[in-house]
Amino acid sequence: MIGDPARSRSRKAYLNAHVLSPAQGLNGKGGVLIEDGWILAAGTGVTKESAGASAQVIDCKGRIIAPGLVDMRVFTGEPGSEYRETLASASQAAAAGGVTTMIIMPNTQPVIDDAAIVDYVLRRARDTATVRVFPMAAITKGLSGELLAEIGLLKQAGAVAVTDGVKSVANANLFRRALTYARDFDLPVVAHAEEPSLAGGVMNAGETASRLGLSGNPAMAEVIMIERDLRLVEMTGARYHVSQISSALSATVIKAAKARGLPVTCGVSINHLVLNENDIGAYRTFFKLSPPLRTETDRRALVEALADGTIDAIVSSHDPQSDDTKRLPFAEAAFGAVGLETMLSAALSLHHNDGVPLARLVEAMSQTPARILGLETGRLAAGAPADFVVIDPTLSWKVEDQSLRSQSKNSPFEYRTLEGRAVETVVAGRTVYAYSA
Amino acid sequence: MTSTPARPPLFKAQHLLAINDFSPIEIQELLDLSQFYAEHGKSLPANRRFLGGQTQVNLFFENSTRTQSSFEIAGKRLGADVMNMAVSTSSLSKGETVLDTAVTINAMHPDFLVVRHQSSGAVELLAQKVSCAVINAGDGQHEHPTQALLDALTIRRHYGKLEGLTVAICGDILHSRVARSNIHLLTKMGARVRCVAPSTLLPSGIGNFGVEVFRRMEDGLKGADVVMMLRLQVERMSGAFVPSLREYYQFYGLSEARLRIANDKALVMHPGPMNRGVEIDSSVADGMQSVIREQVEMGVAVRMAVLDGLDRVRQGDAA
Repeated sequence: MIGDPARSRSRKAYLNAHVLSPAQGLNGKGGVLIEDGWILAAGTGVTKESAGASAQVIDCKGRIIAPGLVDMRVFTGEPGSEYRETLASASQAAAAGGVTTMIIMPNTQPVIDDAAIVDYVLRRARDTATVRVFPMAAITKGLSGELLAEIGLLKQAGAVAVTDGVKSVANANLFRRALTYARDFDLPVVAHAEEPSLAGGVMNAGETASRLGLSGNPAMAEVIMIERDLRLVEMTGARYHVSQISSALSATVIKAAKARGLPVTCGVSINHLVLNENDIGAYRTFFKLSPPLRTETDRRALVEALADGTIDAIVSSHDPQSDDTKRLPFAEAAFGAVGLETMLSAALSLHHNDGVPLARLVEAMSQTPARILGLETGRLAAGAPADFVVIDPTLSWKVEDQSLRSQSKNSPFEYRTLEGRAVETVVAGRTVYAYSA
Repeated sequence: MTSTPARPPLFKAQHLLAINDFSPIEIQELLDLSQFYAEHGKSLPANRRFLGGQTQVNLFFENSTRTQSSFEIAGKRLGADVMNMAVSTSSLSKGETVLDTAVTINAMHPDFLVVRHQSSGAVELLAQKVSCAVINAGDGQHEHPTQALLDALTIRRHYGKLEGLTVAICGDILHSRVARSNIHLLTKMGARVRCVAPSTLLPSGIGNFGVEVFRRMEDGLKGADVVMMLRLQVERMSGAFVPSLREYYQFYGLSEARLRIANDKALVMHPGPMNRGVEIDSSVADGMQSVIREQVEMGVAVRMAVLDGLDRVRQGDAA
């Protein structure tokens, strides 16, 4: 028997599972044993016998147990736009999607650019959210791109990285200083890479935009900004993470930078891995994203870059928008799509349709984001927090307004049937979501 | 014209939103009916005023005197009660969205809604929310289908056909819904379409629209049967897309000398309103080859045919 028998009353054994934890090289039959919010053991060693007689046993019926997902890019409306999403409603959506840690963006009202606001959202999350919440704080005060925010104090208050969220720091000198300063605090700098003077359009530049009569945002706007930033990273040695890349060329540039040994990582939104600009069809604003969905060639290149490790993390880029910002002509509608509840299912389609190994997908949605941000989750190992998700990889379900827990329903997957989903989500040993058909 | 005329359906679409919703045969039928209205439209007998008792609302989010008047006259000649709503001056400034406006107007049960909006796709969005027939009178940089139809009718009246003709569309193609609708319609009908513009005023991927692209007027006009000039939106051009108006005129303005490069008797067209001395010389605009006034005249005929055609679909659905 594992651990202290006296404490085994709160003990739970998830048995008869396929345990998948890339950090430990686990990818096979086994179980997970948890107690008091922590993992005691994971893998083949966990059996009914080793769990002890008093342990509550859960039969996983061969389903997958993976580390809970760590989503590096989540927008909520709290504080400031609670009618779109609160930390509580976002956490419900996260739990239903197997996400056990949400990293929230500073693009709120007021902006998370002050230690007191970091403290506020952490307290609100503690009191109302069912999953773990960590904020990224602003790089510049008020996201204005003009003055540095108090990066040291923000870290002290609990920010896990700095970012201006939906925009680049256009001033190269200021961004250089942000990198230099953040390096001293060992805080990653996360960039939305887009040269603003080139990125005025509302969808990917090209033939489709021309046919729809919509202004185009060229992939080059992203590539140019990444290349600028990489030079500054080379100069400063700071840890730099591109929150989402959207084009084939960006992947090539990141790959070359990694080969040069730069401390660079990057993410991609699940939308850009499974959708392309043609999905916009007749001006469907739920597909209006920033950066924009690009061509099928770009999408394939991104899937490949994910598979070969050029892309480190998959994010939902969850961005709740209400009818009043989405039910508008395309050019006037807001950017963004909800995604916390669909990220895992959509990612499974990459396994089913594009042949990406499950272990790679799980790694990019849990272990790697946790590592980039210095979190102790993202792995199924003795001593790690009991944050995990039970996945039925073939269960099909339909995405519908009433089935989405997010307060906003702007899902690009609405009315689609997806294959595979979270059936149980556990945070700190507590079941925060259980699927019922 | 005394007995009750037969009204066979011309097309299947319930709205006129984009040229691509119509087949070549349907466009042919529409143009034939337009030709009829061009000849007889001004004084129709009572039994041909098919829209008697029906309501047509012109909803213009963007100001346009000529298009709106053209639709108004077309509706009235067919017997409809026409109401103009200039939304740009009323609800929009109060924060009302397109859909709010659509729902409000729909509640008044119009039969036809003629809509112009500054955003591409806005008319289509609105059409999803109303129960009447919607006519796109221009949406952003997307389409202006009745303009393309009236241009085609004008050309057909002079050449008797569209197929095989070489049509040079010249100027600000990037921002032009007129250009897009014309490209779709003319290529569909078998004309050879050329786009002539500085590269900064060409949309990306234009080469895949089934057109030939020219950067020099001298090359693009050679062998053209029709020269279609586009309005340069002077307000937003200078220094941004072209360096100056005088430079634009120098290289892309249609002068008499330049017009001589095109085929003899090539038609000169312009959707209006014109910037004389910028994209077109007054002597050309008012010259022998100009059919610009005829375009305006055909506008009413085409819009009557469109209203009639949509009414036939509605009557057919009701039967």
